Amino acid sequence: MSDVLAVAEHRQGELRDVSLELVTAGRDLAEQTGGDLHVAVVGGAVDEYADALDREGVDAIHTVAHGDEFNHDVSTQAVEQLVAAVDAAFLLVPHSVNGMDYAPAVAAGLDRPLATDVVGLDYDDGLTVTRELYGGKVEGTVDVEDDWAVLTVRPAEWPVAEEPGDATVESFDASIDDGAVRTTVNGFEEVAGGDVDIGEAEFIVSVGRGIDEEENIALIEDLADALGATLAASRPIVDNGWLPKNRQVGQSGKVVTPDVYIAIGISGAVQHVAGMKGAETIVAINTDPDAPIFDIADYGIVDDLFDVVPELIETVEG
Amino acid sequence: MKVLVTVKEVAVVGDEFELDGLGIDDRYLTYELNEWDDYAVEEAVQLAEAGDDVEVVVATIGPERSEETVRQALAKGADRAIRVWDDSLADLDVLDPATKATLLAAVVADEDPDLVLTGVQGGDDAYGATGVALAREVDYAWAAVVNDLDVGDDHETAAVHRELEGGVEELTDVDLPAVLTIQTGINDPRYASLRGIRQAQSKPLDVRTTDDIGIDVAALDDALTLTDVYEPETESDATVFEGDAGETADQLGDLLADKGVVDG
Ligand SMILES: Cc1cc2nc3c(=O)[nH]c(=O)nc-3n(C[C@H](O)[C@H](O)[C@H](O)COP(=O)(O)OP(=O)(O)OC[C@H]3O[C@@H](n4cnc5c(N)ncnc54)[C@H](O)[C@@H]3O)c2cc1C
Repeated sequence: MSDVLAVAEHRQGELRDVSLELVTAGRDLAEQTGGDLHVAVVGGAVDEYADALDREGVDAIHTVAHGDEFNHDVSTQAVEQLVAAVDAAFLLVPHSVNGMDYAPAVAAGLDRPLATDVVGLDYDDGLTVTRELYGGKVEGTVDVEDDWAVLTVRPAEWPVAEEPGDATVESFDASIDDGAVRTTVNGFEEVAGGDVDIGEAEFIVSVGRGIDEEENIALIEDLADALGATLAASRPIVDNGWLPKNRQVGQSGKVVTPDVYIAIGISGAVQHVAGMKGAETIVAINTDPDAPIFDIADYGIVDDLFDVVPELIETVEG
Repeated sequence: MKVLVTVKEVAVVGDEFELDGLGIDDRYLTYELNEWDDYAVEEAVQLAEAGDDVEVVVATIGPERSEETVRQALAKGADRAIRVWDDSLADLDVLDPATKATLLAAVVADEDPDLVLTGVQGGDDAYGATGVALAREVDYAWAAVVNDLDVGDDHETAAVHRELEGGVEELTDVDLPAVLTIQTGINDPRYASLRGIRQAQSKPLDVRTTDDIGIDVAALDDALTLTDVYEPETESDATVFEGDAGETADQLGDLLADKGVVDG
């Protein structure tokens, strides 16, 4: 009979999709533990968010009205108090950038074990979580010794909870010590504007770290030209300054939805896949037959890009 | 100002490997400085180059082998290093963020830095949690996933950008002392020069046991136990084109024509 508390996430006035995925993960876990599922939301338009979070399987929703936007010092205090108030054994937070920014602090503050970026939750007398290692090449199961833990849940692993529910909604009066708030959020900035919007492209050729050196980017540019495709990239290419930020596909870059996406020398890390899994047809060119990108690809070539790409340019130029 | 950078050596797996019990057979592993930590080291060294009197100390938890990667950080400009290890730590099958934070907190207590920089995550176990857990342990302010840093002249606050999802950055002021977890792309990490590599050999690298830093390993909560490690079942139902590069390129060309994105 262990209860679960899942904390939703919002930004700039909108509840983020991960929140409703978290409801599904929380419901799965609560069904296994035989406990209740509590959902909480801290800050922003909490009543509106509570409505949206009221999905099947949610027993109670706790709203904490404090500030408009996420502030980790506030969330840390509020969530620690809530965990105690509802006596939740398991705390679930999205493994998002903001989840990473406060869940470890809550775990340390409550002195509970922490497992992050979990992709599977099994409860049978005790909790076992599944995590990926080495960029998805290996998976492992981890037993959590204590019967209480803080867990961050990988985005897009659980489906969004759709069916409406009939949870009770209560406002929780967290006592926030403003003296312990040592960060001030001053605003937001959109990056990655510029000449092209890869989000609009119908045909994308995307290059990753397999390209090895900056001068080799020209090869992929030639390919994109020959194919009439838009050039995009994984993060390391942009970090290295080989292509501008507006070409980055992924969690922190752009979400793209082309008809065809050709991933060249890209391993398919979860943060990259977050940006391109909606492509209608995915083609991967990679020397490693076990690269995670092949799990989502429709077509694949297991070969050296430096052999395949020149041939492909020749093929299309006829 | 004193900047402490926590770094770790990560194991990198090649395309081919075999599992050995609850890990990967050592023959298939190479070791390197964690990608995210490389950016953290660079950021610290740039702070030192920009300001007077900034000391950069790197700290790692790891066996003797990891001195190689620590020397890389010294070669890039860090002033000295601390390596925490003893064999009892090797017995923990998961060095989880809480354990790492406890060990590093003892180092922070000794060193009393103004700023602690860590990588956002380790490339191997990818917990993405040690920095923030450490901040809480030592009661410092913090910010996670930082891709821009400006330390105020008074050394009382840092203005940072936190890289959120979808090309949005959060602009945040953080009181010092603070722990910041550093995201790739914040700078352009340098290669160690030959001169730097030579100098690194003579820079101090202190090895401290858990006793030295006053941690009782037996009392560390060994809360996570690895029970199985396996290669994930491939979910791939991709059609793989067979043949030499010319043949596979032709087949891909045909597919693209079929899909109507290039002329057939
Ligand atoms: C908070 C956060 C946000 C992130 N946001 C993003 C994001 O928005 N977008 C993003 O892309 N990443 C993002 N990342 C980084 C992500 O985790 C990976 O590090 C990154 O996607 C890896 O890029 P890659 O696939 O190009 O490189 P690698 O993972 O290094 O893969 C290179 C691939 O190339 C193959 N290869 C090598 N040589 C050849 C050859 N000659 N021919 C063919 N194939 C070859 C290799 O087999 C390998 O599969 C983020 C990480 C974090 C922590």
